[in-house]
Amino acid sequence: MPLPPLPDSAIAIAVDADDWRAAVHAAGSALAASGATTDAYADRMVDVIEEYGAYVVVAPGLALAHARPGPEVLAEGISVVTLAHPVAFGHAHNDPVQVVVGLAVRTAEGHVASVAELANVFNDDAVVASIARATAPGEIRALLGAPSAGDAGGGAA
Amino acid sequence: MRIVTVCGVGIGTSAILKTNAERALDRLMLEADVTASDVDGVAAAARDAQVVLTSPELVDRVRAATAGLHAEIVVVQNYFDVDEIASVLESSIG
Repeated sequence: MPLPPLPDSAIAIAVDADDWRAAVHAAGSALAASGATTDAYADRMVDVIEEYGAYVVVAPGLALAHARPGPEVLAEGISVVTLAHPVAFGHAHNDPVQVVVGLAVRTAEGHVASVAELANVFNDDAVVASIARATAPGEIRALLGAPSAGDAGGGAA
Repeated sequence: MRIVTVCGVGIGTSAILKTNAERALDRLMLEADVTASDVDGVAAAARDAQVVLTSPELVDRVRAATAGLHAEIVVVQNYFDVDEIASVLESSIG
């Protein structure tokens, strides 16, 4: 199963984030811009980290921001934010974060195959640094093997 | 054999850990049923499991939730490091 589409609107490059909350909000803004979620989803992703800690920093330099399925999710979607300056999330081993991937899924069951695809991509430990260095959305799509188009199904794109 | 992978909300990170745990098991030539769970559901999910894989941030909650169960709680630092996952699985069940 391929990744959800990653349109240009879901990618933000060299974002200036002061802290992890700003970095997660940037991933949320990109999800909302692509039509995958409402604006409120960003706060849900921050809530998860406040509740459970920085476990979303799943590999060195990489945060996989996500929240539970809920009314804020309009369509399955991912977003990618690269940070102009690495930001600490509070993870003992994988800080600082250079790349934030936002993930929105509609059901807890339906997402496993597309997330498995993310696992395939990031099992190459050079990919995070390559994404962090990318200067154009097309480069990031190519690194992830994500499709560009496809209506996210959520309306405003 | 049953293995449970745990993250805070049961989507995303636990699914990645499940995928890479299955990959690690293949490498070790071991067979197991791997299930993804959230912290709230881990007590039920791990009732008949041998191993629970989770992250350093969640391990205290997972230990508290699974107190009294037989499952061994194993911490994984890098969810994308199949070598690390294979090595912790090998030392707990291999």
